Amino acid sequence: MTMLNTLVAVCSAYAVFLFAIAFVAERAAMRGQARWLRSPIVYTLSLSIYCTAWTFYGAVGSAVRSGFEYLTIYLGPSLVLIGWWWILRKLVRIGRSQRITSVADLISSRYGKSNLLAVGVTILAVVGTTPYIALQLQSVTLSFEVFGVGDLPTGEEQGHTALWVAAGLALFTVIFGTRNLDANERHNGVVMAIAVEAVVKLFALLAVGVFVVWGLSGGVSGALQKIDASPLGAWQIDGGRWAGLMMLSAAAFLCLPRIFQVLVVENDNETHLRTASWAFPFYLGLMSLFVVPIAVIGLEMLPQGSNPDLFVLTVPLSVGQDGLAVLSFLGGFSSATSMVIVAAIALSTMVSNHVVMPLWLRYAGGGAKVSGDVRSVVLLARRLSIIGVVMLGYLYYRLTGGGAGLASIGLVSFAGMAQVMPAMLGGIFWRGASRIGALTGLTLGFGCWGYTLFLPSFGAGVFLPDAWIAAGPFGIGWLRPQALFGIEGMDPLLHAVVWSLILNTGGFVLASLASFPQPLERLQGAQFVNVFEHSAAPRSWTGRVAQAEDLMIMAQRILGARDAQALFEREAQLQGLGGTLPAPTPDFLETLERELAGSVGAATAHAMVGQIVGGMSVSVEDLMAVADETAQLMEYSARLEAQSQELARTAAQLREANAKLTRLSVQKDAFLSQISHELRTPMTSIRAFSEILRDTTGLKPQEQSKYASIIHDEAIRLTRLLDDLLDLSVLENGQVNLNLREGRLSDVLDRAVAAAAADEHGARLRIRRDRGAENVWLNTDLDRLSQVFINLVANARKYCDAERPMLEIRVRQGDRLVIDFVDNGTGISSEAQDVIFEKFSRVSDQKAGGAGLGLAICRQIITRLGGEIRYLPGQGGAAFRVTLPARIAMAAQ
Amino acid sequence: MSDSDLPRRGKPPVFLERQSYRRRRVNDAARVLPFIGTLLWMIPLLWPENGAAVRSSSAIIYLFGVWGLLVLGAGLLSWRLSVQAREGDPERDGTGVPGGSGGAP
Repeated sequence: MTMLNTLVAVCSAYAVFLFAIAFVAERAAMRGQARWLRSPIVYTLSLSIYCTAWTFYGAVGSAVRSGFEYLTIYLGPSLVLIGWWWILRKLVRIGRSQRITSVADLISSRYGKSNLLAVGVTILAVVGTTPYIALQLQSVTLSFEVFGVGDLPTGEEQGHTALWVAAGLALFTVIFGTRNLDANERHNGVVMAIAVEAVVKLFALLAVGVFVVWGLSGGVSGALQKIDASPLGAWQIDGGRWAGLMMLSAAAFLCLPRIFQVLVVENDNETHLRTASWAFPFYLGLMSLFVVPIAVIGLEMLPQGSNPDLFVLTVPLSVGQDGLAVLSFLGGFSSATSMVIVAAIALSTMVSNHVVMPLWLRYAGGGAKVSGDVRSVVLLARRLSIIGVVMLGYLYYRLTGGGAGLASIGLVSFAGMAQVMPAMLGGIFWRGASRIGALTGLTLGFGCWGYTLFLPSFGAGVFLPDAWIAAGPFGIGWLRPQALFGIEGMDPLLHAVVWSLILNTGGFVLASLASFPQPLERLQGAQFVNVFEHSAAPRSWTGRVAQAEDLMIMAQRILGARDAQALFEREAQLQGLGGTLPAPTPDFLETLERELAGSVGAATAHAMVGQIVGGMSVSVEDLMAVADETAQLMEYSARLEAQSQELARTAAQLREANAKLTRLSVQKDAFLSQISHELRTPMTSIRAFSEILRDTTGLKPQEQSKYASIIHDEAIRLTRLLDDLLDLSVLENGQVNLNLREGRLSDVLDRAVAAAAADEHGARLRIRRDRGAENVWLNTDLDRLSQVFINLVANARKYCDAERPMLEIRVRQGDRLVIDFVDNGTGISSEAQDVIFEKFSRVSDQKAGGAGLGLAICRQIITRLGGEIRYLPGQGGAAFRVTLPARIAMAAQ
Repeated sequence: MSDSDLPRRGKPPVFLERQSYRRRRVNDAARVLPFIGTLLWMIPLLWPENGAAVRSSSAIIYLFGVWGLLVLGAGLLSWRLSVQAREGDPERDGTGVPGGSGGAP
């Protein structure tokens, strides 16, 4: 009894020591002196939570029961570490670049951030870890029992011990596992404490081993002789279990939540893995080195029927080495506590991040606007999860009655967690792995494991009826839990592992092959599988569709209204924006996430920002949104461009019109002076000569007649001018009546050419015509048409400045009748081309032959006739094209 | 394998300098080591069980001997890799983890 009291005192002192270590480490980390906390050795030692009480006590028990088989549990992880280049390196890089917080997070993140998968893995982890925690409680309880020999504690008291231990561990974990949810989800205090515990347990086991080998067996050779002489003397191993357990432990090492926690989540530097690659196998080797000698000595010295799981304690006790026994006890206590602590942290992270927070955000998140409420919810969720997880372990312990050997409980747990392996390895090496595949595999594997191993582990009749185990459910023989598909006589564990992993992997691969992943899955798949090509540093936010207002609401709830508003205002100013809402740029999101992480932990902050932003790092939704935006922008800018082109065209047209107007105005001015001159000249001579006729007496008759004819000629000139003006105005007002007649084009042209030649100085102009083409019958106002032709020919005659002027008249009949008048002069300059059809327009002042109304009249006439006349540039001289509609032209008959 | 990612990186030289060549081979060794370990630790499966069974002392010496050698090998490789990382790997991003395309098999 005094021994027990001493033990309780030692335990309490040790617990205080651990609290102190954790506290000091936390303080150091907070002051930024955490370099030594983050050395590769601390990392390696923290990995040693793999060695739980199962190792410390159970390995010896396992060695007694099945010889060297216990080694497989350490060989597997050693191989994984030695082969770090293959898997761990990638896993750690992914964990760091994707900010993975747990196994469940890894799986869910890989398969398109599926929360269903995360919840599934979380449940699997909780169910798989529960037996393991029970195992730790059982071992601590048993070790207490050893020291309480003589008191013969009843089952009730055993339960008390386990409960006290569970409560103590839950307390420690709640204090150090949830006290700092700050940046990047790392727990310096806890890591340091488990590193110290790793040293304690190694030291204790080595001490017992050294004592056994050199103290009790007379050195190495003596120990080896004793081993050969013992029941364990000959190599005897079940080959299937040797290979199978090695594989299982390797798989479990990758998937166990607590190992993942220290291996990936708490990893601070990828290079630490390099040190761990040799140091951790070394540690494992040391841990398992003295197991067989202890087992052999225990078998030799202790009475038949002693619990081999406790040889580490009972051997020193039996030879009176109480101090060594207490040290050994502390080693076992360390192993148990460190495992429970880290497992509880890892599981609580999963439970709160993947189960509690999503539910809370969905059902309660909307209304609550009080500051700090989310933080308290997260903390509460974690604390309750920790307590829940530890208590589940306790419940399992009470349910199974603590009967089974430690090793077999541990293996049940291993086999459960190993179900995550296909999805995990498939996820990081195979881009084709899909969410459906992972779900199928996990469901099949988990179901098979539960049915063939987990439920039967409670003993027949607890969850599965006796009859089921013996004859299968409803008498279906091939569904017997321990002989699936009629394969009997297999080791139950191996049977469960083989079938569950086969079904798991098979389902995973087949469903992956058959399904088509969503875009997000494919993106994540590429980022995971090709992590070394994509990431040198942790990814930052790249989403930018977040609503600043939503972020503000969320930040207020966590940081408090004042702090949040101050933060947002500061950021808005930094961005150079007025007001209080900054644009949700990646930089701002990162800052905000960091701020939030201080309150609720990085993972939750990331998840919460992610929830509003719409994805962690860059999601497909983001990409699609960007694509949409870009498309809209592009469309918008295309429209703008079209509009601006149109504007440019309009502006050019306006400029043109303006220039034309200016030219017209100039011409009008010129014409007005011209027309006044034109009118004035004949008027002057008419007045002058009529005055002569009136005032001069004695004029000769021939003089009289000459003067009168001059007056007459001038009057005719005036009349012609006025006729033209009248004609044009009549045409323009549409008051003209067309006199439709039938006639031949060649006749019209003949008349026009003859009329034009009748003008004063003709004859010099040569006219080339194609009579054959002119043989076209017309039904139109022939007089008006010939007026146009006369005008065109006369113009050529008047203005063609070639040495040997020539006019070519080409006639072409397609769907319209086209008549071109092309001369060989210099043509009309391009600026003049615009105005020649205007009234009072004259090409050159020098040859002022007319009033500049001819072409204007021509255009009016042709328009009235339903055709078109325009200047034809680029013909070598002045060229006019008259186009008449086909109905006017009738085919030659 | 790092050789397999050659075609993906533009036009890397087919033959490497002696130093880079050594680097690649150290990486290869790091990949091969776990397979050697597995092989050696699977050898006990071949041992006879009845009659002329291997004595446990020999088994212990063998298994832990392999263990020791593997630790030694891993330590050596770890040292070589850290030296490489310090020297800086011209082919890689210099994050201290020189290596292939993610070790994908």
